[in-house]
Amino acid sequence: MTGPAFARLLRGALPALSLALLLGAIFYLQPRTMSYFGLNLLLNLAVPIALATVAQMLILTVNDLDLSIGSYVSLTACIAATWLRDTPLLGLLALGGGVLAYGALGALIHLRNLPSIVVTLGMSFVWLGLAILVLPTPGGKAPDIVRALMTWKPPYVPFPIIACVVIAALAHVALMRSPYGAVLRGAGGNPRAVARAGWSLLRVKVTMYMAAGFVGALAGIALVGLTTSADANIALRYTLLSIAGAILGGSEFVGGRVSPIGAVIGAITLTLAASFLSFLRLNPDFQIGAQGAILILVLALRALIGRAEKDR
Amino acid sequence: MTVRVSSLALALITATALTPLAALADTADKRIALSNNYAGNSWRQAMLQSWDKVTSAAVQDGAVAAADAFTTAENQVTEQAAQIQNLILQGYDAIVINAASPEGLNGAVQEACDAGLTVVSFDGIVTADCAWRIAVDFKKMGKDEVTYLAEKLPDGGNLLEIRGLAGVFVDDEISAGIHEGVSENPQFKIVGSVHGDWAQDVAQKAVAGILPSLPEVVGVVTQGGDGYGAAQAFKAAGRDMPIIVMGNRQDELAWWKEQKDANGYETMSVSIAPGVSTLAFWVAQQILDGADVPKDLTVPFLRIDQDNLEENLETTQKGGVANVEYALDDAKKVIAEAKGD
Repeated sequence: MTGPAFARLLRGALPALSLALLLGAIFYLQPRTMSYFGLNLLLNLAVPIALATVAQMLILTVNDLDLSIGSYVSLTACIAATWLRDTPLLGLLALGGGVLAYGALGALIHLRNLPSIVVTLGMSFVWLGLAILVLPTPGGKAPDIVRALMTWKPPYVPFPIIACVVIAALAHVALMRSPYGAVLRGAGGNPRAVARAGWSLLRVKVTMYMAAGFVGALAGIALVGLTTSADANIALRYTLLSIAGAILGGSEFVGGRVSPIGAVIGAITLTLAASFLSFLRLNPDFQIGAQGAILILVLALRALIGRAEKDR
Repeated sequence: MTVRVSSLALALITATALTPLAALADTADKRIALSNNYAGNSWRQAMLQSWDKVTSAAVQDGAVAAADAFTTAENQVTEQAAQIQNLILQGYDAIVINAASPEGLNGAVQEACDAGLTVVSFDGIVTADCAWRIAVDFKKMGKDEVTYLAEKLPDGGNLLEIRGLAGVFVDDEISAGIHEGVSENPQFKIVGSVHGDWAQDVAQKAVAGILPSLPEVVGVVTQGGDGYGAAQAFKAAGRDMPIIVMGNRQDELAWWKEQKDANGYETMSVSIAPGVSTLAFWVAQQILDGADVPKDLTVPFLRIDQDNLEENLETTQKGGVANVEYALDDAKKVIAEAKGD
């Protein structure tokens, strides 16, 4: 195998390798986690993060960045815990409205050529405000079916693992294996070429933003299924987690170079990194720093490999 | 020889069993964890210090095997939920929680209960049915302030209310208590209300802003962390010093002491002691020990009056809050009160 080809393989395998390493360390530190029960507890909160990360990755595909995903997930969680339970039709309409709003944002960003960071940063306050309007004080209750799904205990394999595999597989097929998926990624890699080939860039952006809105709504619903009730601030952390998870999983900020499977693995890695530090009994003051250090370490490795890849 | 040794051992065991510590024997191998969502102010720092002090002594005495404190790095619901799930995996027998959200952690708390753990929440309580709650009766705290003023000022008069951070549940509760107290004591009238955000500088600015528009004020009802600022504003405006209810902060107590020595100024001070974490610890220990504990308990306030001002001021660190640490007997008393016997 030549150097660059090996480097490319390594680059693809890096997220999985870091995850395996981290999982091994956790099993060693806390053998209790090495069980059906343990894996379930360790990973169940990774499911909504994985969904949010996939949503972020969809936006990254078209060279944009979504700083509102955390508050959007909070809003959908609040809707899921209130309207979706009490008046399912209204709940679904509200969630559909969220998806449409995302599509409109995509159109706005494309047509007016606005920086997505600014638009989504502004939207994050709108989503948060709406979440407070829907649920002024923490509360609500997860719809029974969502709660039942998120606490489902299938035989042999814990549900969070099944969920993550399904999310990764679906996103992979849709974005990496479908013909239109290639166009979507191409719009990030070389928009001009895609436009010249007769594809509408507006349609691409709107599609991607709506897909992100849809997956983000799923994240909110999944989260509420785990927590049983919602809070307008419940998922604010997801904004940064989703960006970090997507990048950790091998996506790039520009160029349409993304990896759905990597994004899910990245989200799980970040979740486990927090557990790992907690099992280490590290002083909480250092934990954020240590989490950042893990991130930088993986990214530095990737940069090294990336350099080897270019050596051809 | 063997016989003698074993009889000696037997005697020792009997002796241990007969001491008052007997109730602790059952929890000697139990491990309790503190899950805390925030450590960024003096109250929380004092809370963690109290926990450390009381629980390390308890571990040394063999009351429990371990009592470790965990604080999340960011004050976020999802992070604390993950932390609680990690604590379950670490094999703790009980988790004592100061929660980031009353509702958002219920899923994780339910997981803990299902895994057979005892969950006790305090200060920031959780609403999950399976958890115990050590709540603060903030409403009564507000009402007590007015009751005190009614004793001191039988003729009544105008009151200024300093509220906390708008939109926070604690602010609503204390204020509701104050207004209830005023409606029961119609000789008082609240002539002004400002938000001091539980911070001296904010309170001082807010009071200074409203003072020129107010008639004579005889009392200031507060929420803690705002009494010293209010006093400064009254002084700067050159107005007669009303009775300002204090909130156990060191700067407030120090100012009160200064005034007391200078002109016999009288007031009272009330707040929640950060040491309530140690009360939660002993309640968790009692539950693990098999005691019958009602799910809802109420924290006693820490009230400072004219006669015990000096001793409380002495034990309060500069920039800190007056504190009290609870012992096993205090927990038993709180439990007995909640049971109604």
